Amino acid sequence: MITLARTADWLEEHFRYSEILALLRKKTVPVHRFSYFYFLGGMTLFLFGIQVVTGILLLLYYRPTPNDAFESVQYIMTQVRFGWLIRSIHSWSANLMILTAFAHMFSVFFLKSYRKPRELTWLSGIALLVLVLGFGFSGYLLPWNTLSFFATKVGTDIPGQVPGVGHWILTFLRGGEDVTAATLTRFFAFHVALLPGLATVFVGLHLLLVQRFGMSVPPSLEAEWRAKPAAHREVPFFPNFLLRELMAWYVVLAILGALAAFLPWELGVKADPFASAPAGIRPEWYFMFAFQTLKLLPAKLGPVNGDLVGVIGFGLAGLVWTLLPFFDRGKSGRVTRWIAGAGVFVLAYMIVMTVYGYLAK
Amino acid sequence: MFGRLPLVVSALLLLICGASIFSVRAAAQTQNTCLACHSQLDAPLKVSPDDYTDSIHAQKGIVCVTCHGGDSSSSDPARAMGKAAGFRGAPEHKLIPEFCGKCHSDAAYMRGYDPSLRTDQFSQYLTSVHGKLHAKGDIKTAVCTDCHGVHDILPPSDQRSRVHPLNVAETCSHCHADAAYMKPYGIPTDQFADYSASVHHEAMVVRGDLSAPTCTTCHGSHGAAPPGVDSVSHVCSTCHVFQAQLFDSGPHKDVFAAMGLPSCVTCHSNHRIEHPSDAMIGTSENAVCMKCHTDGDAGFAAAGAMHDDLTKLDSSIARSDEILGRAERSGMEVSEAKLAEADARDDLTKARVEIHAVQPDTVDRDIQAGLKVAASTYQAGQSALAELRYRRKGLVVSVVCIVFVLIGLYLMIRKLETKVAH
Repeated sequence: MITLARTADWLEEHFRYSEILALLRKKTVPVHRFSYFYFLGGMTLFLFGIQVVTGILLLLYYRPTPNDAFESVQYIMTQVRFGWLIRSIHSWSANLMILTAFAHMFSVFFLKSYRKPRELTWLSGIALLVLVLGFGFSGYLLPWNTLSFFATKVGTDIPGQVPGVGHWILTFLRGGEDVTAATLTRFFAFHVALLPGLATVFVGLHLLLVQRFGMSVPPSLEAEWRAKPAAHREVPFFPNFLLRELMAWYVVLAILGALAAFLPWELGVKADPFASAPAGIRPEWYFMFAFQTLKLLPAKLGPVNGDLVGVIGFGLAGLVWTLLPFFDRGKSGRVTRWIAGAGVFVLAYMIVMTVYGYLAK
Repeated sequence: MFGRLPLVVSALLLLICGASIFSVRAAAQTQNTCLACHSQLDAPLKVSPDDYTDSIHAQKGIVCVTCHGGDSSSSDPARAMGKAAGFRGAPEHKLIPEFCGKCHSDAAYMRGYDPSLRTDQFSQYLTSVHGKLHAKGDIKTAVCTDCHGVHDILPPSDQRSRVHPLNVAETCSHCHADAAYMKPYGIPTDQFADYSASVHHEAMVVRGDLSAPTCTTCHGSHGAAPPGVDSVSHVCSTCHVFQAQLFDSGPHKDVFAAMGLPSCVTCHSNHRIEHPSDAMIGTSENAVCMKCHTDGDAGFAAAGAMHDDLTKLDSSIARSDEILGRAERSGMEVSEAKLAEADARDDLTKARVEIHAVQPDTVDRDIQAGLKVAASTYQAGQSALAELRYRRKGLVVSVVCIVFVLIGLYLMIRKLETKVAH
């Protein structure tokens, strides 16, 4: 105990952490019936942390060349002590992170937390979602198995449909006309250097903005609290909220462990670029709604290519979604109702199309 | 002003040339009076224009008059089919081989159409059973048109052709499976039924392997004849090279020859060659070895030893396969072991080939190598399942620890907030 106190004194003397703790203690988090949604952002951050740690461990053995990539992942899974656990957790955590990121975004949407003054928090969050999807897309190819190889081929074909810059995007992503060794190296570079760098910047900005403006309270609750101030409850961020968040993280950790032990992430069969694409190639679940939509579109919509209409449609929808805080100022009830309705439609559309994509042959 | 004139003139000339070629062709086609009449006639004089147009002869520009003589440009039957126009008519059935052979045996003539085409069909035919019977005046025996068709002859590479590998057996069966037709010849008519139940037929029809044997592969096509006792092994060895070499090096070769038994056919049959199984060898009632060997002789012991060896390795591989499959279905990575398992399968295949030399020691050597591999892959499967159990135990321990931490955190939060409330 004496050693602990001495260490604390030493740290205080050299770091002055008590000032930071005082600041954290001063920060409060509202407590209400929607408080559980506050954990989603923290859970996403926790999973991002797991990705960083397990990713670094995988990097110790992974080799990003078509000849070695598959074998190195196989080596990690069979020979490296606890390699199976690290690889499985990395894959499962990636998927859970995308799930919690989407859940976090929709909770922010339905609780209307994106409104003024949190426009930049929303924008930085959207940027993080795009980055997280980028992590998923680039990481999927790295084991260089048949499914990931052909899914990347299909996936990189889609931006190739964009008029004007489409072909440039396609060659930029692939490092040439086809999915080759050049694609693997650049996806690896995106996955372990470019995207983590950008993500660090945006996570920092996002957290800073959350700290600056505090936790948002849904407008309906704010009205309730104004009418009945006694109902207003808050807890200190440190340690009360942080301990609760810690509980959520432990639950996530237990889920990850269970998934890794009971459903180890498959490695599949090594990609053969000269083989024909196997039947039933489909993307990861988080791209399924878009993939299924493009599949359902006819080859030609009037004089225009069907896929092109789909790509432009998704692009425009994404742009409108990103600029949402600038449309919804909370001043018009009609606009608010329309936006809420659109949000329900978007969520339902994504779920229905994803399920349809898995059920359709 | 005249800068573009040469271009315009060249274009016009090209157009005129094209048009004139087209009109000449059209005229040639419209002037084939043979087809114009024969397409309207009833059998046997009917010629279907579609069948003829699709045929290899029409494709190569061989027209009616090339074979039949006459004048296809005249619409007067007397003139078109007159002696003056060199009309020969349809050849008699007995003259068909010589009739076709006139062109097909002429290497210089055939080179103009397809330099790779053989020109020995007629001479081969003369050596065949069909050809010999035909020479004796047997009009029932097959001639060219019986197998290839008449006006609708297609190249053998065309799937619609009667002599495409997929259709050969059926074409032969038209006569050879017809008991009434074949009665005078005193030969069996169950070849097609037997072949249809064979491993060769399965390879050809079910798996679509056109290199699999059909009637002509073993009997020849134009020189068709049944292989004699001595030459059966040569026929089979064209594909089953190693089996034939091993058989020749073993004790059965001389014994079979002395007994007048055909080499391969004695054990495997001829047309009904079923998928070989380990049950064929051994001392059981159904084993082919028991046709000649009896309890107590050296062959009986050798057959038993080889059968035991083969089944031992087969069941070892099956055991390893089952455990690796179970581990794989549980999500364990066992692809390396599965790859190694292929070596054990190779050893089993090798041993199954080796039995043709009837040397139990050689067979045993391959079996032992395979057993070693199968044992190690089985071990890999066991380790994978043990690892799986270890992981699940580890998970239970971690979850218990996490639950304790969660309870601790919950109690800590409650204590903190109770303190504040007081």
